[in-house]
Amino acid sequence: MGQQIMTTSQHFEHRGGDIQVLPASDVALHVKDVSKTFISKGRIVEALRPVDLEVAAGEFVCFLGPSGCGKSTLLSIIAGLQEPTTGKVWANGKQVKGPGTDRILLFQEAALFPWLDVQHNVEFGLRQAGIKARERAIIARKFIETVHLKGFECSYVHQLSGGMRQRAAIARALAIDPAILLMDEPFGALDAFTRDRLHTELESIWAETQKTILFVTHNVREAVALGDRVVVFAPRPGRIVHEFHIDLPRPRSLEDHNLVDLSAEILHVLRSEMVANEEEEEENNGK
Amino acid sequence: MVSETVGGTQSRLELAKQHSTPQWWTKALRQIAFYLVLLLIWHKLATSNLWSPGTFAGPLDVWSTLVERFQDGTLIIAIAVSLRRLAIGYAISLVLGIILGLLTGLNRYFDETVGSLVLGFQALPSVCWTPFALLWFGLSEQAMIFVVVMGALFSIILGVDAGIKNTPPVYIQAARNMGARGIALATQVILPAALPNIIVGLKQGWSFAWRSLMAAELLYITLSLGGLLENGRDFVDASLMFAIMLVIIVLGVLINSIIFGPLERVVRQRWGLQK
Repeated sequence: MGQQIMTTSQHFEHRGGDIQVLPASDVALHVKDVSKTFISKGRIVEALRPVDLEVAAGEFVCFLGPSGCGKSTLLSIIAGLQEPTTGKVWANGKQVKGPGTDRILLFQEAALFPWLDVQHNVEFGLRQAGIKARERAIIARKFIETVHLKGFECSYVHQLSGGMRQRAAIARALAIDPAILLMDEPFGALDAFTRDRLHTELESIWAETQKTILFVTHNVREAVALGDRVVVFAPRPGRIVHEFHIDLPRPRSLEDHNLVDLSAEILHVLRSEMVANEEEEEENNGK
Repeated sequence: MVSETVGGTQSRLELAKQHSTPQWWTKALRQIAFYLVLLLIWHKLATSNLWSPGTFAGPLDVWSTLVERFQDGTLIIAIAVSLRRLAIGYAISLVLGIILGLLTGLNRYFDETVGSLVLGFQALPSVCWTPFALLWFGLSEQAMIFVVVMGALFSIILGVDAGIKNTPPVYIQAARNMGARGIALATQVILPAALPNIIVGLKQGWSFAWRSLMAAELLYITLSLGGLLENGRDFVDASLMFAIMLVIIVLGVLINSIIFGPLERVVRQRWGLQK
């Protein structure tokens, strides 16, 4: 089965055009042999089978897969909020040994602090870094403008819509100036219109700031619309099954037929992988 | 047929409007009527000679006592003395309660040991501390403040503790990710995140403190609300006792509705727990 994965992923790498061997300094993230298993109700659960992954600086990588496939677990391990069972992660040349401000995680629920207004939420990371109040205010204002929330500096979280909350969360992350943004289904709870607008905005922020972005989603078209590369995960046990390089021109439109075709193809591969897995499971159970 | 249906709907809408807008003052009217009837019954009972003199007082007597005691200043002083004790005792409970609540909420070993002790003491009515207060502090100010602290402290600890344990982990994760550690994490994230629950604890702590103070002030006679109540008993002055009870009720309701009510509403709204 391993062989099969290799060949298919190579096939798609060719599709994408170029296979790059990156010099070490351009590698933002190096994941080696990382796995996660835990014990639940007396049974060993493989949340994530050993994964190797390299992400170039400035690359936009989407982790795609259904729930329970380990994509969020991997993101959380990269963020340093969970420890891997095996393996190591290097981010920006240093081994990950806990959370750090070079990798900021964004959550589906935005996780803004409701006791602070937008301005002070965005200033939070800067305050932890010991930056003076006046300077904090200037930096925060700049990023509040970047995410088009000017005029909402004094608003509290309960006064913001879901899309505005995500924008504020993005501003809060950008203010810290991390090399890597880790986004865990950040737009998953938004309506389609808001999500489309935020895709466009995220894309332009990414182009402007040159951040490395790891973006977790279960929405195939979202992954194809945003990613330079789509890493496909399958569940039970959680594992990477394929990688697709996406070389469609940017900015991308969700209606573009190339994008739709590619999405269908990815979905097809994911489905057949899951069906094959289920058949295998049934066979194993039969024995 | 059609127009009739439309007309019917319209009038029903108007009816609904009439019902919803003046609701608050009809409610107020009902309440006023209720209390007027209550006062009337009270007055009738007082003038019925069912009680021996001095053991019951009507609303008119109570009112004149209130006016008199306000004018000669005793009631003002008594209120000030009682509120001062309450403030000191409550402030001590607040500081100790937040520290101990943080420790039980954040440290597993502390929670297993001190946390279980706190649960036990919470079950003990604070009046039970009055004999000890007398033994340890004598007939003193400290004895009363001690009883107040014992009344409020455990509710506050449990409120802070519950607040911390119910904090959405995502806040802590986000804060740690952004570089918050130690004291900064505790004061800038964990405590504010726990605020809705802490306020529940503070409110309960306050009502226990108020009850404890009234019990403590019966320990020995001072010029205070509890002292005046005891005074009323000594001099068989029912109108004084009723007057003091009235003052205690009004103060309790006022503090609740001026401080804790708005505080709870603002926090619950801002934390997204209530529209």
